Amino acid sequence: MRHLLDTQHLSRADALEILDVAEDMADTQRREVKKLPTLRGKTVVNLFFEDSTRTRISFEAAAKRLSADVINFSAKGSSVSKGESLQDTAQTLQAMGADAVVIRHGASGAPRTLATSGWITAGVVNAGDGTHEHPTQALLDAFTIRKRLFGDDSRGRDLDGIRVTIVGDVLHSRVARSNVWLLHTLGAHVTLVAPPTLVPQDVSGWPVEVEYDLDRAIAAGPDALMMLRIQLERMNAAYFPTEREYSRRYGLDARRLAALPTDSIVLHPGPMNRGLEISAEAADSPRSTVLEQVTNGVSVRMAVLYLLLAGERPHTEREDLR
Amino acid sequence: MNTRTVMHDADIARALTRISHEILESNKGPEGLVLLGIPTRGVTLANRIGPLVSEFGGAAVPVGSLDVTMYRDDLHRNPTRAPRKTEIPAGGIDGKTVVLIDDVLFSGRSIRAALDALQDIGRPAAVRLATLIDRGHRELPIRPDFVGKNLPSARDERVNVRLAEIDGVEEVTIES
Amino acid sequence: MSHATPQTLLVRGARVEGQDATDLLVRDGIIAETGSGLSHPGATVVDADGLIALPGLVDLHVHLREPGFEASETVLTGSRAAAAGGFTTVFAMPNTSPTADTAGVVEQEFALGEAAGYVHVQPIGAVTVGQKGERLAELGAMADSRARVRVFSDDGFCVFDPLIMRRALEYVKAFDGVIAQHAQDPRLTEGAQMNEGAVSAELGLTGWPAVAEESIIARDVLLAEHVGSRLHVCHLSTAGSVDIIRWAKKRGVNVTAEVTPHHLLLTDELVRDYDARYKVNPPLRREEDVMAVREGLADGTIDIVATDHAPHPAEAKACEWAAAANGMVGLESALRVVQQAMVDTGLLGWNDVARVMSKTPARIGRLDGHGTPVAEGQPASFTLYDPRPSRTFALDDLRGRSTNSPYLGRELPGEVRWTVRSGIPTVVDGAVLEAPGVLA
Repeated sequence: MRHLLDTQHLSRADALEILDVAEDMADTQRREVKKLPTLRGKTVVNLFFEDSTRTRISFEAAAKRLSADVINFSAKGSSVSKGESLQDTAQTLQAMGADAVVIRHGASGAPRTLATSGWITAGVVNAGDGTHEHPTQALLDAFTIRKRLFGDDSRGRDLDGIRVTIVGDVLHSRVARSNVWLLHTLGAHVTLVAPPTLVPQDVSGWPVEVEYDLDRAIAAGPDALMMLRIQLERMNAAYFPTEREYSRRYGLDARRLAALPTDSIVLHPGPMNRGLEISAEAADSPRSTVLEQVTNGVSVRMAVLYLLLAGERPHTEREDLR
Repeated sequence: MNTRTVMHDADIARALTRISHEILESNKGPEGLVLLGIPTRGVTLANRIGPLVSEFGGAAVPVGSLDVTMYRDDLHRNPTRAPRKTEIPAGGIDGKTVVLIDDVLFSGRSIRAALDALQDIGRPAAVRLATLIDRGHRELPIRPDFVGKNLPSARDERVNVRLAEIDGVEEVTIES
Repeated sequence: MSHATPQTLLVRGARVEGQDATDLLVRDGIIAETGSGLSHPGATVVDADGLIALPGLVDLHVHLREPGFEASETVLTGSRAAAAGGFTTVFAMPNTSPTADTAGVVEQEFALGEAAGYVHVQPIGAVTVGQKGERLAELGAMADSRARVRVFSDDGFCVFDPLIMRRALEYVKAFDGVIAQHAQDPRLTEGAQMNEGAVSAELGLTGWPAVAEESIIARDVLLAEHVGSRLHVCHLSTAGSVDIIRWAKKRGVNVTAEVTPHHLLLTDELVRDYDARYKVNPPLRREEDVMAVREGLADGTIDIVATDHAPHPAEAKACEWAAAANGMVGLESALRVVQQAMVDTGLLGWNDVARVMSKTPARIGRLDGHGTPVAEGQPASFTLYDPRPSRTFALDDLRGRSTNSPYLGRELPGEVRWTVRSGIPTVVDGAVLEAPGVLA
């Protein structure tokens, strides 16, 4: 695997490989010495143009547990905020010997531009680009669902026939997009729930069902309910009238939690707006996988870094992109 | 290309039986032994040696597996390998005598990686090495404690171990 | 005009507007004679066997970037690019720095064009001061200036305030001017990056919906009808827009419309790799829209082709999509793209190409003596074009200062072999002359 840019072009075989290697990584995290020497001498740069402590720390932990050296670059107060271009930033990192660049950027497509530009030879991992994709999030979500369903018997399994419902601001959500493609690839059946203003104008080609009524979606008995954070920072007020109305119509409150099948799980990529899209009861219930998602995130990111860096790197992007 | 069979099924069975006795002799019985096979065929061999040792020694000896992929020093020179499963038996390895079991001992690098892996898992009292074939050409100061067969070979020759559970046949061949 | 003197040329065997081969004798800036077997001692003979002769092309929509953005293009480099594409006249949009919203700036641009000498540079004046959409610019002063401006546009921005648009439409009637609208509702396109549709949904790029173009055109044709004015619609890009223009013309509205070569050929599927060479405003649309604008151009609903030649420096395109500038250079490739999209598909003949790329643009821009037919007695402004070859469009096909072309690496037919303006050659044997009229 030369880069991990999205899940839309991730084959079923590659996706399962990442999830299965993540199982091995998770096992090592239960030992007394959690560290592996595998990526010793490799340098991983976290290139974060957007604030994100959680994802950055997760990638940092993953890299360090594999004994890689980690350099954190955050855009605030850096040369970028003084107008340095993506190209110049990238080439500086290349000159410093980065083997992998984990990039989070506000512009959709920036990781692909970085990977195909010829500015760097390092492997590129997309840690979230604009409203486009967040592939490691979808991978850790799939890992979590699989683990809850199959436990120690997860290796090699896909999510065939599993029903996943994703609720929230789909229009602006890279987590939603990455999950739609990956879950479909793994055989799951995906339903999207949102107010009509927060569904992209044309999703006719997506392998999903669209539902505007959350109660109806819950009555259909999904195996997993994924609540998306409502991104107040991204939108102007005209997407819905008030937070109160959004919460009433699209929030996972105690009543809706009780209406879910008893074995159904609740996921949330975090950070949560408690009381807005997810109530405290739902967030803290045993059905909630929020904390496991964080732990699984480190294992999945260890697997991604391992597959990108441990072996001989493929020579061209063509082997990897589409 | 010239292929020579150096061990047939009966030879392999006799070698494993002898190794099992030698392990018990060296350990003065089954107490504290833990057998860990190195994937892939080392695990198969460990699954045969384990019952033999238990039978001859009169007590059950735990058997597990130890994957060394993530400790190898030559990862970046080869296409990415998927790691295999590591299963440490319930009693752990602290204070135990761990016997590593592999099919072919060559440069010694796998065993060195295995020693690194063991170090991150616990603190055995002692570590021993059993191998079905020792083909020489060591690059590190590693020596086996129990050997099925010494097989002098040229560097560019290929030694193949085939076991029924995996390959459908039982034989050891050398190709030049 | 520059110091160049008109040449005496004997063009042999050119197919004027695709008709049968004929000879042309060019003398003193005029096509002195046409016929077969012509001869003239001392004339430079041009072997035009197999070449199509078209009237010098007229581009109603280019960005020459001077004054203010000379790193991307100057009037000189843009003129050379235009000549290379077979153009003899270009209309220069006013989004320069300072904005061309006064007689002084348009006269400066006019003078720069004359000094360069390759093509006639006709300045377009801004509709509003600074193109801000708030107050009318001195349209009359620009009309009366040496630049004789007749076309006014805030291109790059929509004249969004309906009252300002109404006043502008009314005001220019006094001097037979026309408002050329960049139709884009700014409220519906805030932060827009690409066409709104299936592709934008997948790519996570904010959409630029077709309705933001169509709703402005619908409003403007009704305004133009109400006040009895001419209206011109820039770079029309959607099927719905074609329908609206068709309806308006049937009603008798005095509206004309233009389409760019790239909207005749390229779709938003090309954006999937986030390659900013394909970032343009209005954006590349769907396959259905490309088919509709081709039909519209073929049946006359769309009157002309105009390139919207928009040069940008390399760093404005070699970056992430959101940071990239909008625009494509298009002068050198225009005729080749029109051949591929419209002539080779049987939708237009060469006579139609002459109409949509020369005669009608000159008429809309009210430039007499431009876009004249290749006929006896007419100004010797024409281009000789070879439709036969098929070559990959490459960097050395570009003659301007910038290289942001979406066609690099793409196979396109045809080649401009000669361009002559009022008897002065500017392109000879496929090469732009170092100075107009100076043959090696």
